[in-house]
Amino acid sequence: MLRFLQTLDRRWIFLAMGLAVALPILFEARFPEKPTAVAERAFNTINNLPDGSRVLLSFDFDPASEPELGPMATSLVRHCALRGYSMYFITLWPFGPQMIADKIREVLKEDFPHLVEGVDWVNLGFQAGNEAVMQQAKSDFLRTFPRDVRGISVTQIPMMSGIRTTRDFACLIAVSAGYPGGKEWVQYVVTPERGSATPLKAVVGCTGVQTPQLFPYYPGQLDGLIGAIKGAAEYETLVNDKVEKLNPGAPIPPKYQEAVRRMGPQLVAHVLMVSLIILGNVIYFTSRRRGGGA
Amino acid sequence: MSRQTIIWALIGLLFVGFISFRALAGRMGRIYVEPKVQAFEEVPADPIPWADQGDRPPRATWNPVTPPAGAIDRRGVWQETDQSGAKIIGWTSWREIKATEVFEARAEALRTGGREPESRLSWPRTIGLWLAALFTLAAFSFLYRDNPFYKFTESVVVGASAAYYMVVGFWDVLVPKLFGALVPWVVREVVQPTLRDPSLADRLAMAAALVLGVMLLMQLVPKVRWMGVWPLAFIIGTFAGLKLFTFIDSDLLGQLRAATAQSPLVVVKELVPGQPLGTGEMIWQSFLASLQNSLLLIGTVCTLFYFFFSMEQKGAAGRVARVGVWFLMITFGAVFGFTVMGRVTLLAKRFEFLFDDWLWLIDPRGVHQLVSTILGVVAGA
Repeated sequence: MLRFLQTLDRRWIFLAMGLAVALPILFEARFPEKPTAVAERAFNTINNLPDGSRVLLSFDFDPASEPELGPMATSLVRHCALRGYSMYFITLWPFGPQMIADKIREVLKEDFPHLVEGVDWVNLGFQAGNEAVMQQAKSDFLRTFPRDVRGISVTQIPMMSGIRTTRDFACLIAVSAGYPGGKEWVQYVVTPERGSATPLKAVVGCTGVQTPQLFPYYPGQLDGLIGAIKGAAEYETLVNDKVEKLNPGAPIPPKYQEAVRRMGPQLVAHVLMVSLIILGNVIYFTSRRRGGGA
Repeated sequence: MSRQTIIWALIGLLFVGFISFRALAGRMGRIYVEPKVQAFEEVPADPIPWADQGDRPPRATWNPVTPPAGAIDRRGVWQETDQSGAKIIGWTSWREIKATEVFEARAEALRTGGREPESRLSWPRTIGLWLAALFTLAAFSFLYRDNPFYKFTESVVVGASAAYYMVVGFWDVLVPKLFGALVPWVVREVVQPTLRDPSLADRLAMAAALVLGVMLLMQLVPKVRWMGVWPLAFIIGTFAGLKLFTFIDSDLLGQLRAATAQSPLVVVKELVPGQPLGTGEMIWQSFLASLQNSLLLIGTVCTLFYFFFSMEQKGAAGRVARVGVWFLMITFGAVFGFTVMGRVTLLAKRFEFLFDDWLWLIDPRGVHQLVSTILGVVAGA
């Protein structure tokens, strides 16, 4: 048996992992999500902004990270729309405009048709330049984003009046998959404002790979952090609970349960992975005790 | 042929058989669209009597009108004149709709003998879906072993991504920023009518950027390669200047503040009005917060000590460094865990795509339920 396990073809491990992910999807296995304090703080930061606040949403991700960040972007847009904030969408990634368009269509156009483009939300699209864009937006936002994706000058968009710099926003929400993204927003825009009388609040949603890099900024330089699909599922649960309180018994559309749904395969895959790590260690130590080496 | 090869071949055959069964016996991997035909009639504006010769004539307005019969099948934007000689412009846009709706509408039409719905199968989108599914399977095939299907898929992904970045770079950066500043009249005439006149500072800045860009490309010419060093120096200098201050402010001072002033070693959680907290709970919460802050400080100091190579890590110094190594290991474990979570999510999404969009085995979004599939078969969809 030990010999069999030592020489096991790795492709069987791949197959086992494939099944561990596929079966919960096929059987639509779901598990309850209990929001942690980190997710609750992100939720409360956004929820407790004054009515009619201006929120800057930077969607710095692409299709490669959409499975992780898409559900949290959906929940964040839905939460802002529920609270009636003015939403300003921007992106620093070339693929970002499509991500913004998807969320506007899925959430705002389908479920909040009363919100008017240019009055309640505006899509300012992509700007190339990475940190230079952040630096410039900090001092002159209108010059950095001179027109929206339709080509209309920002001077003709009603909700742009009163916006001069990033300081005129109540909160920055960055959904980030890498560079440039959440880390750069913290470094260039959020931290320099921390000492001011009305510091810019900031919530970052990021991929699993990025989460450990951003945790040091929380809670000193970040007011909320939504890490990976787990954070997205917790945030989604909090927003769904809020909607449930507003409309008791109303069905939750499937698009607002995507993160929770994706946590089913996570659980089974992680159990398999932990089991394999334990098994690997058992095989290693047993082999060593028998003098067979690793 | 080894036993293992036979087992894997059987698994592969089972999979192919299942896909063939799904494709032949049921409905799967189809995208339906619904047309929306729009037509507008031009209403010329009355000329302004007091206008000078050479003034731009007032703009015509366009009123929506009922599209002519058969307009749905016309390609692109079409134009015609009506009986009164007015110009009509129209087009057809296609919106993706749920397969459920299509099948139910067709079954209803079959039952009642009513009019067939105008929705139809979108061949371009369906082919795109099948290509995406086959490319996904080809990418997965690498897990068995390297093969030509995987190589082809990899090349297509790399090529398509590079091409997309190039196109975006040209239209979103070069055209509006560079050409928009240097030859604004051309850009305004050809692609961006709303482009504002650039300021002199913009023009000068972009001219300098163009010169530096051309100099950077000189790296490719061996004789004048030295010219490429200057723009490189400019890029590195600018980047260092931007980064240096933010790193000191955000990462060094910010993290120092977080590890010291914002994390006192002894925390006393106070009773907050409106949040009932018993004495026992208060002591427990205070203890937890104090422990967390103490661990943060110990972890930071010990980990930094591990990277202090100016003295030999022996005795007490060695023990402190070893504690630092443990903190590092825990950090690496957390990083690994988060990375695994991210990768499993990506795999789950690809499986969701295969099972939901392509094979129609699951239906979490309620777009192609099994009952509708049966209805579709009945209706001959």
